[in-house]
Amino acid sequence: MTAVDEIKIGGMGASRRRVEDNRFIRGKGNYVDDIVLPGMLHMEILRSPLAHARIKSIDASKAWAMPGVRLVLTGETMAARNLAWMPTLSYDTQAVLATDKVRFQGQEVACVIADDPYIAKDACEAIVVDYEPLPVIVNPTQSLAEGAPLIRDDKENQSNNVVYDWEVGDKDGTDRVFDQADVISKIDLHYPRSHPAPIECCGSIADFNRATSKLTVYMTTQAPHIIRAAVALVAELPEQMIRIISPDIGGGFGNKVPVYPGYVASILASILLERPVKWIEDRTGNLISTGFARDIYLHGELALRKDGRILGVRMKATADHGAFFSDAQPSKFKIGLMHSAFACYDIPNAHLEARGVYTNKAPGGVAYRCSFRVTEAMFFQERMVQAAADDLGMDQAEFRRINFVRDDDFPHRTPWGFLTDSGQYGKCLDVGLEAIGYEEFLKEKEEAAKRGRLLGIGISTMTEPLGAGNSREYDILGIKMFDSAELKIHMTGKALLRTGAKTQGQGHETTWAQIVAHELGLPAEDILVEEGDTDTAPFGMGTYASRSTPVAGAAVAMVSRKIRAKARKIAAHLLEISEEDVEWELGRFYVRSQPDRGVTIQECAMAAYSNMPDGMEPGLENVAYYDPPNLTWPFACYIVTVEVDPETGVWDVLRLVAVDDCGVRINPMIVEGQIMGGLTEAYAMANMQFITFDEHGNCIGSNFTDYLLPTAWETPGIELHEVETPCPHHPIGAKGIGECAAVGGPAAFVNAVMDALKGTGVRNIDMPVFPDRVYEALQTGQDVSGAPPVRTDET
Amino acid sequence: MIKLRFASPEMLVDINEIPDLGYHRIDADGSVHVGALCRHADLERSSLLATRQPTMAAAAPLVADPIVRNRGTLVGSLCHADPQGDWASVMVSLDGLVVAQGPRGRRTIAVKELVHGPFQTTLAYDEVVVEAIAPAPKGAPAGGYLKLERRVGDFATVGVAVSVDRTGDEVTRAGIGLTGVGGSTISADDAAQLLVGGPLTSDAIGEAAALAAQAAQPRTDHRGSASYKRHLVSVFTSRILTGLIRSQEEAA
Repeated sequence: MTAVDEIKIGGMGASRRRVEDNRFIRGKGNYVDDIVLPGMLHMEILRSPLAHARIKSIDASKAWAMPGVRLVLTGETMAARNLAWMPTLSYDTQAVLATDKVRFQGQEVACVIADDPYIAKDACEAIVVDYEPLPVIVNPTQSLAEGAPLIRDDKENQSNNVVYDWEVGDKDGTDRVFDQADVISKIDLHYPRSHPAPIECCGSIADFNRATSKLTVYMTTQAPHIIRAAVALVAELPEQMIRIISPDIGGGFGNKVPVYPGYVASILASILLERPVKWIEDRTGNLISTGFARDIYLHGELALRKDGRILGVRMKATADHGAFFSDAQPSKFKIGLMHSAFACYDIPNAHLEARGVYTNKAPGGVAYRCSFRVTEAMFFQERMVQAAADDLGMDQAEFRRINFVRDDDFPHRTPWGFLTDSGQYGKCLDVGLEAIGYEEFLKEKEEAAKRGRLLGIGISTMTEPLGAGNSREYDILGIKMFDSAELKIHMTGKALLRTGAKTQGQGHETTWAQIVAHELGLPAEDILVEEGDTDTAPFGMGTYASRSTPVAGAAVAMVSRKIRAKARKIAAHLLEISEEDVEWELGRFYVRSQPDRGVTIQECAMAAYSNMPDGMEPGLENVAYYDPPNLTWPFACYIVTVEVDPETGVWDVLRLVAVDDCGVRINPMIVEGQIMGGLTEAYAMANMQFITFDEHGNCIGSNFTDYLLPTAWETPGIELHEVETPCPHHPIGAKGIGECAAVGGPAAFVNAVMDALKGTGVRNIDMPVFPDRVYEALQTGQDVSGAPPVRTDET
Repeated sequence: MIKLRFASPEMLVDINEIPDLGYHRIDADGSVHVGALCRHADLERSSLLATRQPTMAAAAPLVADPIVRNRGTLVGSLCHADPQGDWASVMVSLDGLVVAQGPRGRRTIAVKELVHGPFQTTLAYDEVVVEAIAPAPKGAPAGGYLKLERRVGDFATVGVAVSVDRTGDEVTRAGIGLTGVGGSTISADDAAQLLVGGPLTSDAIGEAAALAAQAAQPRTDHRGSASYKRHLVSVFTSRILTGLIRSQEEAA
């Protein structure tokens, strides 16, 4: 007998087909809206049409009178139960249902619970709200202006619209290197407001059972245990009587981390009515009220030496958080991990100032497929790098290369205090340049320019911090960011694995089983993976920020090793030898001196229930809680070539090359899918997506006609390449990958267009790089900056 | 419309089961007839249009997205009277007609007369359009359709349909329809008229493109500024017409 073949059993490195797809492609997924409970009622939300207005009165009498209406909730009802306001995950407060005034268009004003959703919707329209309009603030400039109306007059000690001021780095030291610089490269950038826009919107079914006192909530959440804790604290219910079930989720992308008023209202409604209450958000509700992403302005400066070395970085960021500061992010970092910018470059001095402001826009600033503002950080970094290379008149690839942290310089302390631990940055860049044919393209570009054609090449290289915690630095509302896995090996050698993460399309049901297969030699198909039910799953912080594999995935490896350690004792007992004489190979223990004498892991499992050694606890089950020593640091290099049509401003992607180093790949097919998905979103951000507001605070981007999701028809083809630098501290050497392409991708597209326009006097066009903005820049020779304005007609 | 709560009709009539309306055919005189249930996808894959009605053939693959093209119809698009509709511009450029049928029998309406505002037609409440017609060309038909959309299936930022019939070098009939640059589909009559009676020259094309741009009534919105859209009308008109010269030269 020999060890099992790891690829054959679906272990590490196998591109195993996703087991969850068996139900998804048959239409047999079980999403919140698929769940029907006996006696279930339906809830709809009445939203504010105005962005800023005082509520003078609410008359719901007509709604109450409609047949089939069971309950109308208003701010008054909520306030009577001390639930009109709730805490956010960022130590702010957020209105559940408005009592005093509305602060953004789409804010929740009232809820109707009725026998069916159509009655509830009609009844919402029958509620009469008398608003007194107030001046509206839609951007940071207005928000910070002298005499600006105070948005958060509900808060004591809030005398202006500033949410926070935060800084990190050495200001004086950085100022000194700027004084010594040969060249200072400056640029102003805006990362426009976008939205994660998962295909499934948010929703919940709250089911309070008076007889058992148990509250069960089925909901679209990426972090069910955090929700359980939040409900226990806010609703003052005993935590053991709260069960949060996150069933199949149709995409999260960060949108399903926060607590939304709809969840809270459905819970209160179920408690009051003692019947299940379902709330299913519609698309417009999702786009105009739930956690948006980005909306940050940046002034960036690089101090440069003539030979191309970066001496220092200054970044000044202003984040527009909307009406409530409701980011889900590690508590101590007010602007997320913005200070992870420039981590792949060896820069001695850096200073970052960040200011958050309130505006009359939907609340949030959630991490859309990113680790807490890392997308903005890396976009700003790579736009600043390209501008600096151009300012120096230096080749953009060479400029990156001479500033990279070298392979032999790890662990490396970044100027803002992160510790990067591994990478081969120069090699990744070389692989990318070779794949795209860099030198040949530069020649082609020069030739094309002679015939009036505009070709451009854009590069984006970055390492990003994925997998919060460690728990020393990362917590949400004081809850440390670790994660967990529980493994139960049944007597027949089959297994049940549960983790504290929550898959939303990432494929945990497939990949977690592969890690167990790698550690124990059990075929992956023998392992059932379950997540998302707080009554059965071990406590964990959920899935976002690419933390599943770095944290919960590590816990899966660790719990498997605990199981293996016990199985080894059982094997020694079965083989009648001492434990020191037992050797392990995949799937099997054997006698060191007699390799053909052994027992399989399955035989050990049976023995754990039928023939355990004297004094040993029966069973083969265990749980592991994993607190990683550091973040993981994947690296990526994305290269895009484009052709710009000078007559229309339209730009077409010619080629798109991706080189990703995410350490050891558990399931290469799923990793590649993540990269392709991320680059598709990156292309959309660069090319078409934004949510903007007119001067009255009306949201432009409230449906999929105005807020565009890319389709296969316009998304460019993607050429994938790989470099592997294992993570030195992760038990199986893996790093996060879910977000890299969405984080690093946008700058590659914008840099390519800007490269095509080099020499025209245009240094920047802010995203989305619409054809009309490119055309305008070409016509005027000027930058086109800021949020896409909703222009009034020219006269 | 119903989903957006803009319309809440008391009754909906499904016309899908009406027999014999799924056709499209070209008669001996070259006129194209499209039945009310002929899907966009049928026109997209039509070998008849590809050889004999180039303006329609150019537009068919650009209508909406592949899913909509499998379900939607040319006649439905005309009757929806959305100023962003692609087929309306194409039919305007072809001097197209629709056949309406009601209790009082059948009547023919020019597509230019069918629409009197956004989403509003001159059809009586008890009439349905059963057929659209592109009349027989006055010479060899040529033409094209160009559209800028932010994403496949998005409403057009700008669309331009150009149709030119020629005998030898001489343009015998021309039509230009503009998508998405006004409250309804615009027929750029002055621009089209300028082309008739002589050969296509680069001077004539330049003038026609400028006149087409003048005919546009675009509004500034999140798809682009009015001046940008006007500029695109000119560029697209010019590109289609220049393409016709080039293909004529290649054929010669």
